[in-house]
Amino acid sequence: MTLDRRSFLKLAGASAGAAGLPLIGRAAELMPKSGKRVVVVGGGYGGTIAAKYIRMMDKSIEVVLIERNDHFVSCPFSNLYLGGLLPDLNTLTIKYDKLAANHGVKVVQAEVTGIDPAAKSVTTSKGTLTYDRLVLSPGIDFRLDEMKGYDAAAMEVMPHAWKAGPQTILLRKQLEAMKPGGNVVISIPLAPFRCPPGPYERASMVAMYLKQHKPGSKVIILDANPDIVSKKGLFLKGWKKHYDGLIDYRAAKKVTEVDTGKMAVMIEGLEEVQGAVINIIPPQKAGLIAHAAGLVGADKKWCPVNPTTFESTLHKDIHVIGDSSIAGAMPKSGYSANSEAKVCATNIVALMNGKEITEMSAINTCYSFLSAKEAVSVTGVYKVNAEKQAIEAAAGSVGVSPDLSEVEAIYAESWLKNILTEMST
Amino acid sequence: MMMKWRGWALATGVLAISALAQAAPPTPAMLSNACAGCHGTNGGSAGPSMPSLASQSKEAIVEAMKKFKSGERPATVMGRLAKGYSDAEITAMAEFFSKQKLHATTQTLDKAKIAKGASLQESNCGRCHIEDGKEGKDDTPVMASQWLPYLQMQMAEYQSGKRKMPEKMAEKVKPLSGADLEALLHFYASVK
Repeated sequence: MTLDRRSFLKLAGASAGAAGLPLIGRAAELMPKSGKRVVVVGGGYGGTIAAKYIRMMDKSIEVVLIERNDHFVSCPFSNLYLGGLLPDLNTLTIKYDKLAANHGVKVVQAEVTGIDPAAKSVTTSKGTLTYDRLVLSPGIDFRLDEMKGYDAAAMEVMPHAWKAGPQTILLRKQLEAMKPGGNVVISIPLAPFRCPPGPYERASMVAMYLKQHKPGSKVIILDANPDIVSKKGLFLKGWKKHYDGLIDYRAAKKVTEVDTGKMAVMIEGLEEVQGAVINIIPPQKAGLIAHAAGLVGADKKWCPVNPTTFESTLHKDIHVIGDSSIAGAMPKSGYSANSEAKVCATNIVALMNGKEITEMSAINTCYSFLSAKEAVSVTGVYKVNAEKQAIEAAAGSVGVSPDLSEVEAIYAESWLKNILTEMST
Repeated sequence: MMMKWRGWALATGVLAISALAQAAPPTPAMLSNACAGCHGTNGGSAGPSMPSLASQSKEAIVEAMKKFKSGERPATVMGRLAKGYSDAEITAMAEFFSKQKLHATTQTLDKAKIAKGASLQESNCGRCHIEDGKEGKDDTPVMASQWLPYLQMQMAEYQSGKRKMPEKMAEKVKPLSGADLEALLHFYASVK
C-alpha cells in the first residue's frame, strides 16, 4: 500500500532477477504439494519455532523448513565466547534432526533464491516449492552501501561477528593474536539493529579478556547513536566496577568508511580512528530475501506486518517474523523472534482452518553479561493496541535489573539451555 | 504488466479488509507459549535453575505470580513480567500449565540422599506436599521431578529470609538440619 507503481514494478523485476531463472514455475519442483503446506525460510530463533508450533497445533499441515546450513549458531552468548568464557561455539550450536523426528518438520538444506508471491512458490538451489502460506525468518543483512570499503573481503580483516559462526571465531582469533597494548575498536550502527544491548555486552566481554591477557590494551567504542542504546546505567556501572579506564566510550561517532590497509575507520570524513583489532557492526536491514521478494516497506530496511498475524502488509500469505519484521515496541532479539513465531504459528493454523484469529501476547527476556559471573536482564510483555494496530508493551512489564546480579547470570544460562532446546527438540 | 498491476491492487484491497478482522482474546495457549522460551515447551524446563511449570498446581502458580507482581516474593525478571498480565490472564496460564504432563528431568541425584529424604518427607512435609510431592494441598507447589538446582536456590532464599516461608513450613523446617533439607530436595527431585 505504501508502494507507488514505479517501485512496485522495480521490485517485481528484482524478484524475477533474484530467482536467476526466466520463469520461476519452470524450475524443477522439489517436493510436489498434495495437502495444506507452510514453507518456513530460515532455521534460527524464529523459523524453527514457527515450524515446530504449527506442527504441534495441526498435524494435517505439512511444514517444510528451508535453511542454507545444516546447523545454527546462536548469537546470544556468542560474546561470552569472545571473552573467553566458552571454549568453543558447541553449546551455542543446534541441529535440526530432532525437530524433524519429533514433529515431522521436513527440513531442506538449500539456499532460497527467489519468492513468487503471485504463484505462491519459493525457488531454492535444489528446486521450487509451492506453499499455502510462507513464513520468512531470515534475520538481518547489512546496509553495506552506507559504509565505504566494507565488502566481503574487508569482513575477513575487520569482522562483524554479528551473525554467529566463522565470523565470531575470526574475531576471537584476532583478539588472541593481538599484541598487548593494542586497541580494539567496536563500531556500533544507528538503532534499530539486532540485539540492542549486544554491542555493549561485547565491549564488556572484550574488556574482560583484555584486562586478563593484554596489559595496556583497551576498547574504543564508536557509537553512531547519541547514547548507549540499552541498559545504559547497568553497563556504565559494570564498566566502572570492572573495567575502569579500559573502555573508551565515544557517543555520536558514526563510522562511514573503513580502510583495511591502514587498519582504520573514518567517522563522516572528519576523523580517523585506528585499531589493532576492528569489529565493525554494520548498519542493518531485513534479510536479502525479504528485499528480493518485495516485502520491505517505505524505509527500505524492514518488513511491515500485521501485528496480530505477522502477515506482510505488502504480499498476501507471506508472514515475516524476527529481526526482519517491524514488530512495534518489540526489540530485535532472539526471544522476540521465538515469541513472534508462536503468535504467527497460532494464527496461521487458525487462518488455514477458517477459524477466528487470536490477539497476540508475547514476551521478550534478554540477558547481558558484564563479567564472568554477573549478568543483567531486560524484559517486556507485548500486546496489540487495537486502536493503533501496533504492538505495545504492557504497563509495568518493561524494565531492567536494579543492579548487576550473580543470580541473573545463573538464570541466563538456563535461558540459553531452554530456548535452544525449544528450537531443536 | 497492466494485468499484474490490477492484480496487485486487488490483492491489497483484500489485505486492507483482513487487517480489520476481529481477533478473539488471547487463549490460554497463546498467553502460555510466550513463557516457554525460558520454561520450556509446555512448561517442561531443560534449564536447571528454571522451574518446570508443566503439571504444577494451578493455585501455586497463581499464588507465585501474585507475589511476584506485588514484590512479596523476591524475583529478577518475574517481578516485571508478572505486571504485564491481568489476574484473569494469570489464572488462564496457571490452568494451562497445570494440565501439562509432568516433565521428567534427567539429572544427577545422590541415591543415599534420596533414601534419607524419603524417610523424612512423610512426617515432615507430607501434610502439604502430598503424594510424594506430586500434588500440593491448596497453593502448595508440586515438587516432584523439579530441578534440584532450582529447589536449592529457593531453599537458600527461604533460609536467608529473602523469601518468606509459610508459617506451617517454618515450623516443620526449624528442627531439620541442613543435611536433612538437602536430602529432602534430592528426594523430591527424584520423584517421577
